[in-house]
Amino acid sequence: MELAGITKRFPGVVANHDIHLTVRRGTVHALCGENGAGKSTLMKILYGMQKPDEGTITLDGEQVSLHTPADAIARGIGMVHQHFMLADNLTVLENVVLGAEKMHGIGNKARARIKEISDAYGLGVRPDVLVEDLGVADRQRVEILKVLYRGARTLILDEPTAVLVPQEVDALFDNLRELKAEGLTVIFISHKLGEVLSVADDITVIRRGTTVGTAIPSETTPKQLAELMVGEELPSPETRESTVTDVPMLTVDGLHLSATDSDGVVRAVLDGISFTIHKGEVLGLAGVEGNGQAELVEAIMGMRHPDGGSVTLDGADITQAPTRKRREDGIGYIPEDRHRHGLLLEAPLWENRILGHVTEKPNSKKGLIDIKAARADTERIVREYDVRTPGIEVTAASLSGGNQQKLIVGREMSHEPKLLIAAHPTRGVDVGAQAQIWDQIREARREGLAVLLISADLDELIGLSDTLRVMFRGRLVADADPATITPEELGSAMTGAASGHLEHHEAGEAPEAPEAGETPEAGKAPKAPETPETPESPESSESSESSEDSENPNENPNENEEGGDAK
Amino acid sequence: MKKFDKNKLILGLAAPVLAIVTALVITSVIIGVTGKDPFHAYQVMVDFGSKSDSQVWIINKATPYYLSALAVAIGFRMNLFNIGVDGQYRIAAFFAAVVGGSLALPGFIQIPVIILVAMAVGAIWAGIAGLLKVTRNVNEVISTIMLNAIGASIIGYLLQDGRLAEKEGNLIHTPYLPDSAHFFEIPTQPKPIFGFVVIAALAGAAYWFVLNRTRFGFDLRTVGRSESAAQASGVSVKRMIITAMLLSGAMAGLVGMPTLLGVSYNYGTDFPTGIGFTGIAIALLGRNNPIGMALAALLWGFLERTGTQLEFEGYAQEIVGVIQGVIVLCVVIAYEIVRRYGLKAQQRKVGEELAAQARKSDKAEASA
Repeated sequence: MELAGITKRFPGVVANHDIHLTVRRGTVHALCGENGAGKSTLMKILYGMQKPDEGTITLDGEQVSLHTPADAIARGIGMVHQHFMLADNLTVLENVVLGAEKMHGIGNKARARIKEISDAYGLGVRPDVLVEDLGVADRQRVEILKVLYRGARTLILDEPTAVLVPQEVDALFDNLRELKAEGLTVIFISHKLGEVLSVADDITVIRRGTTVGTAIPSETTPKQLAELMVGEELPSPETRESTVTDVPMLTVDGLHLSATDSDGVVRAVLDGISFTIHKGEVLGLAGVEGNGQAELVEAIMGMRHPDGGSVTLDGADITQAPTRKRREDGIGYIPEDRHRHGLLLEAPLWENRILGHVTEKPNSKKGLIDIKAARADTERIVREYDVRTPGIEVTAASLSGGNQQKLIVGREMSHEPKLLIAAHPTRGVDVGAQAQIWDQIREARREGLAVLLISADLDELIGLSDTLRVMFRGRLVADADPATITPEELGSAMTGAASGHLEHHEAGEAPEAPEAGETPEAGKAPKAPETPETPESPESSESSESSEDSENPNENPNENEEGGDAK
Repeated sequence: MKKFDKNKLILGLAAPVLAIVTALVITSVIIGVTGKDPFHAYQVMVDFGSKSDSQVWIINKATPYYLSALAVAIGFRMNLFNIGVDGQYRIAAFFAAVVGGSLALPGFIQIPVIILVAMAVGAIWAGIAGLLKVTRNVNEVISTIMLNAIGASIIGYLLQDGRLAEKEGNLIHTPYLPDSAHFFEIPTQPKPIFGFVVIAALAGAAYWFVLNRTRFGFDLRTVGRSESAAQASGVSVKRMIITAMLLSGAMAGLVGMPTLLGVSYNYGTDFPTGIGFTGIAIALLGRNNPIGMALAALLWGFLERTGTQLEFEGYAQEIVGVIQGVIVLCVVIAYEIVRRYGLKAQQRKVGEELAAQARKSDKAEASA
């Protein structure tokens, strides 16, 4: 498969520009680049969901034009989306045959075919289980099976590991190797370098919408790859000196919240949640999504009303306070879903700057909106937080995700918050903005801000937090010291396999393993203190920074082995 | 930044212009199909509509339409479809007429009392729908339309000789308001303009000011744009729904006032109906914008005035109804098209400008 000169002008995000990509049959080809670099757009073009403005797609030497996903499927290209497209109330079998009834019917023939595929690639899919009973990893396997069932020989996986804990990622990679061994081609989209290096045969890097280079995993260190991807020195989420004080800022005590789920069963989504965040402390909350983190945040924000327990902010009981009062009292909120909770997409930036702080200065005076001051302050936020926009009159929807997030961070930080609730603050944000957001959180923390950090990025959690808690099924089941814990250990608590105080175990592991664990996604390699701007061309970045390579030597031997297996 | 403003203005005007031009084209075809000359019809309409008595008629007709459109627009601005303005203004005017007819106070007290009663009754009637939505999650479209029917029945029951009304010939109506309750008129020739047009203009200004310049208005618009974001931002969405319905109903209460205080001085079986639905069309056509709705209300009045004249010229009078219907359809479609186009165009533009910036900085770095 070959893509040449693909250009796509696409609203809001970086356009694809002169993309060249060659994928060899029977390999795992990783496509990596920071968020917003244009990976997903490219894949949508390949899957027929978007039409390129320029450029050609060649499959097996034949030039094709893909107008719809159906065209792509007919040519053996299948896509596993980042967000699963499964009907929860149907069985695996029903989900797989849905829309493909003509292939093997909907009965035993289809079931046999599913079994056959599942066994051939070691997917372990059970056809008659309801999808709603499956975990995330299993659902992903169903998605893969769905694509294979339709006869795909080339699979596109869009950020498949984003929703998985480390153990599940390993299992997924085993599946991918099986697929490869059977002669299938896998295009794997990711911005996590450790993963890319461990599973890919070839790597193509995209930056700012264009392909900036290719790499072979066995000859590349994560650092080189990362620099190719970012074009500059990498940031690290690490927090250095502790600023934790013993003044409690937020105290949550015995919080309990029940909710009725889709089956009408009342469940406790928050059960006996108690914790304290002190001034200058970042409390990181780990957990697989859907274990009550969102509900906890909404309860602290006053958007949900818990049926037991109390919330105290800076000595004042706010358990009954409405959301606006809590915000006025100094809770800053970076919501998990910025489109739903953080922005008015069709409103101009300056109105978005007012959102959530309409009663506070400089946005209003005595009940009236102070448009002039709000605009001026929006200009300031745009400048200070490096929001890339041609002006403050454009709608929030026309900014890319990272710039939207910078605007939100700027807004929340502009009201001297006492407590910042940051839910996935750097999700969908490019590396540059990520570093900035981390810096801002660290900066504010030094000044006595208390932060509740929720993130699916375990490195971010471990790097930024002073204290770690693990949430599982609505309870805080474990705590850990971010200084010693590894993502793998945290991951096992996130799946409920471990609880209590997590101790870092070194004894049972190979000597180099702990070190590997600390930088498993080696893209987040420690930052060199005063690196000037790194030259951007691929050649120069490969040769530069060789002094840092020794930090991740353990990644390479594995890669060589796997590369060997593949060929 | 200036460029964006200009584009915004062009886009803002594009939709109504597009809608009216399309409507004219479609109507011309329809008139043509009936075998008549469409351009002569327009000529007749313009000539007749620009006569001075027509102008007075149009303004007097447009005043309640405008108030009705404001009432609908308050709901629209926060994604509430108050389809019950019709019932609200009628029941409000009815009770205002009853109260007004039974009091004999000096005008400067009498008139405000009548207006306040109307606003209060309208607010209560709309508030029921708000309450049902908040407590029982009843869609406001369903509840307001049912409240229209209930309101009509209540009026029907009370508007009987011996209850709250009296009989005069074939007509049954509430007792006449005392002379002190007659609203002032603007002495124009050949007929006066209702003084209530001033109240309508003030209501329009208040609508603009409250929505665009106050915290409350910001909160209201926030709910309209995104309920989830509004809630996260600290707006109590439920309270806002009730407040907006109350305001919308209070505004609806004003709709019957030009008629009650300026023409009929009572509420009878011949009290005008259907203005609430006209208000929906006008609010749509005027984009919820106070000026836009005023123009739309005048256009509506113009069409109705000149429609009668078309009949004398041998055209079917229904042609005006067709024009109105086609305009509303065109408006809804045109706005959606223009809105989507505008959003896309802006996104593309932002993307291009940023890409250009990035390329420039790339080059700068490369040459450095």
